[in-house]
Order: sequence, then structure tokens, then C-alpha cells
Amino acid sequence: MKLVYFASVREAIGLSSEECHVPQDACTVGDLVARISELSEDHARALHDLDRLRFALDQEMVTGDTLLGAAQELAIFPPVTGG
Amino acid sequence: MKIVRISNAAIQSDAGLAALADLGGGGLASFTGIVRDDGGVAAIELEHYPSMTEASLHRLIDDATARWSLLGAVITHRVGIVPVGAPVVVVGAASLHRAEALEATAFLIDRLKTEAPFWKREHYADGSAKWVDAKASDDARAERWA
Repeated sequence: MKLVYFASVREAIGLSSEECHVPQDACTVGDLVARISELSEDHARALHDLDRLRFALDQEMVTGDTLLGAAQELAIFPPVTGG
Repeated sequence: MKIVRISNAAIQSDAGLAALADLGGGGLASFTGIVRDDGGVAAIELEHYPSMTEASLHRLIDDATARWSLLGAVITHRVGIVPVGAPVVVVGAASLHRAEALEATAFLIDRLKTEAPFWKREHYADGSAKWVDAKASDDARAERWA
């Protein structure tokens, strides 16, 4: 799956996107984010507080308990601040 | 009529509104968001999620159109570096009578602030920069329309 990061999450991880293998036991967005946070110290720092993160699966806003299904792209970012 | 524009260049405060004025309605309402000098802010920088942004703004207009009888709506949003005093966003709605246009305009900007994938970073005159935190008051305003 393609992972894309924005704003403070992108800066903390030091990447705007990367590819990741989805473990078979990762069923939900929250499961996968927990696994991604194990990739490095930077990932752990960026992703430790799930309550302060928002997610989009294939460009649709979702919550942590959403099933990954056959999605191609997971975006992880802080709450939006446009307008 | 639905118009969504994401712009890297300066936008005019009447961006897209002229088209709404020509639809035969009796009411045209709009909101313009402007970068303010908040404690030494020189400019803001707007990042967005290009493959998602336009679709999310179109959906906001679709939601507004389903809720109110509108003749048209426009959303124009800046990205990149925007200096103090310049418009960041222009939202407008046209309808036969004023109530629909006024309410739809408030709906569009309130929901845009909590749903559209944009992030602001403040740049200060001393060269420092800081990501803007989302505000609980914005969530509360958006929830009025739930």
C-alpha cells in the first residue's frame, strides 16, 4: 500500500510518501498505523498519539476502525486547518 | 453551476462570483477568508492533498445543493505561500432568495474548515514557522450543520 503523509506528520517522518507491506493481521486503519509507527523512531514520534491524527483511505476521510479492504493509498495527517 | 478552483497564484476577492451573479437569482452571498497579522505572522503557507482536495470541495458543494435550493456555488482556495492581507479562500452561493445563499455560504466555509485536506503553517518575520493547530470552535461550528 502507498502511504502518504502531510503537514507535521510529513515533517516528523521526513518523507512525503513511502510503500508499505500490509501485514496479514492488520485489518483496520488503526492496526496498520500501529505497525507503521514501529518502522523508525521518527515514525513512532509522528504517530504515537492516534487521537491527534486523521486518516484518508483512497482519498476518503475515514476513522481508525475502518477496514483496510482493498485500498491502495492510506494518508495520515493532523486535523485539517484550511479556509 | 459548480466551480472549484485550487490556485497557486493570488486570487481576487470576487473570484468566481461574477459567474454566480449571472444565474438569474435574487441572492448572491459570499465569504472571503484573508490572512491576518496574528502576533507577527508575515505569511501563511498552505499545503494540501492534491488527489483529494478537488473532490472534497465538489462534495461540499453537492451537500449544500442537496440541502438548499441553489442556482450555483463556487469555492476558490489558495495553496502555497500567501502574504498577510491576501485572500486564502472565497466561497459563494447564489439562490432565488437570500436565505438559501446566506446559509449555504456559512455551511460551505464551516465544513471546508473541518473536512477539506488543507494545512496551514504560519511564517513569522523572524524566519520561524509553526503549523497551525485545529480549533475546537471550528469543529463546533461545523457540527451545527450535522
